[in-house]
Amino acid sequence: MKEKIRIASGQGFWGDLIDAPYTQVTAGDVDYLVMDYLAEVTMSILQKQKNKNPKLGYARDIPELMERILPICKEKKIKVITNGGGVNPEACAEAILEVAKKLSIKDLKIAVVVGDNIKDRLDEIISAGCELKNMETGESIKSVKDKLLSANVYFGAMPIVEALKQNADIVITGRTTDTGLTLAPMIYEFGWKENDYDLLSAGTIAGHILECGGQASGGNFLGDWQSIPNLAEIGFPIAEAFPNGEVVITKHESLGGKVSYQTVAEQLVYEIGDPKNYITPDCVADFTSIHLEELAPNRVKVFGIKGNKETEFYKVSCAYSSGYSSSGSLTYSWPKALTKAKAADKILRQRLQNLNLKFDEIRTEFIGYNACHGPLAKEIDEENINEVMLRIGVRGDDYNSIERFGKEIAPLILTGPPGVTGFAGGRPKPSEVVAYWPALMPKNLVQPEVKLFEL
Amino acid sequence: MKIKLIDIAHGRSGDKGDAANVGIIAYNDDGYEIIKKHLTVENVKKHFEGICFGEVERFEMPNIRALNFLLHNTLGGGGTVSLKHDAQGKTIASALLRMEIEI
Repeated sequence: MKEKIRIASGQGFWGDLIDAPYTQVTAGDVDYLVMDYLAEVTMSILQKQKNKNPKLGYARDIPELMERILPICKEKKIKVITNGGGVNPEACAEAILEVAKKLSIKDLKIAVVVGDNIKDRLDEIISAGCELKNMETGESIKSVKDKLLSANVYFGAMPIVEALKQNADIVITGRTTDTGLTLAPMIYEFGWKENDYDLLSAGTIAGHILECGGQASGGNFLGDWQSIPNLAEIGFPIAEAFPNGEVVITKHESLGGKVSYQTVAEQLVYEIGDPKNYITPDCVADFTSIHLEELAPNRVKVFGIKGNKETEFYKVSCAYSSGYSSSGSLTYSWPKALTKAKAADKILRQRLQNLNLKFDEIRTEFIGYNACHGPLAKEIDEENINEVMLRIGVRGDDYNSIERFGKEIAPLILTGPPGVTGFAGGRPKPSEVVAYWPALMPKNLVQPEVKLFEL
Repeated sequence: MKIKLIDIAHGRSGDKGDAANVGIIAYNDDGYEIIKKHLTVENVKKHFEGICFGEVERFEMPNIRALNFLLHNTLGGGGTVSLKHDAQGKTIASALLRMEIEI
């Protein structure tokens, strides 16, 4: 058994720093590179791409990235684990094989985890007695079944562990928990058991710290953010994991950013609910058991973690089509920028009303004044405001109303208050609203499967 | 004496469906006692009047001197549906840190 392994976070979301995975595998030693690409809406976007072209449906950044890092990972024996397979992990593996052939790489084993995509199995699952009720409203999924764009089960670490046992160099999954990507190599390397709940929780919490990339190493830090060095060349976090469940969060020394008690603590509270019950498919981790200790600059020990048995359910993430939305903006300048923006909003709303357009919601925000903190924004002295951006958004089921809204923004320039600019992007077009449907499903209704693709 | 929450704590916020999660972390033990006493469900709900239209849940994390809040019905329908500029509640933590506390 290895004494420790170093797991590097390479991506916090699809759209994150493109060079981060490359930097993680070149600026120092790591054993694993883990990359999270899937936000809640990402699956529905990928499903649409796959509907148009059956060879798509995965994070298309991956083959391009592999072209840069595959030779390095092979040479340094770094394994890559990512959920960027989206709704088509097999096609992602095929694309990586093509890259490997081009690079004349031999002996490459890619494992793909499938089975999470249940969109085509819904009738069967409903007839087995699971109505995939919305966790927030309690409604049965039948009410949106015709508008469903994607439906995926969140698998945990275990299918990835299975893939690693088959000596995969690269593991590509569809919908897998972000935390499972980091936990899996610890289970595999240290031989942790399925009922070692404290250890599984320790690995899960390490995964939570890594899953948003630079957010644990000084990015988006709300403490003394100006004290964070060299954010331009930020080093993403690395989890140094030990067989006893202790983890040290660190980063490559030569890179920027900072790993401190405070940067790690901020990431711990990010997007959590009840801290005593952080539910994953692998365990229920207790965030109130976490101890943090700064061992040295850029080295924070995470230890003392407790956890409990996993639940009998998988979380299911569905997306369905729910009407259209559009938003437009105009910028008003001094003097009386806010008064002008408010007057323009009133004029626009009057015109929308006169046209009898149908919306579920119209929302106005004044960027530069109250868009972020709403009513908490204090009264301001308009003499001191240089400009305010008026931003108006509409949402509803009637496509024509949403489209017509987009044609009513620009006319305000010549027919509204003066000192206005910032209309360069053309008429805002309606975009489809994709709504999210969280549900639970008994684990026995779905089986993860590992497939191998080899060179 | 009035103090600003931002002088004794930091934090981070994000989205969980239509709820915003706000974690507030005190810089030291004294600060944690202050936030534990003053950041009650009622005070936080009142602070977010006109922003949070649902229930406020509060959780204590003494191990890292933090409180975690779930502000339900806050993000205009949630990340993908919301028309809000800050649909994911990224700036809600700093909105809470604006609070002034009488100690």
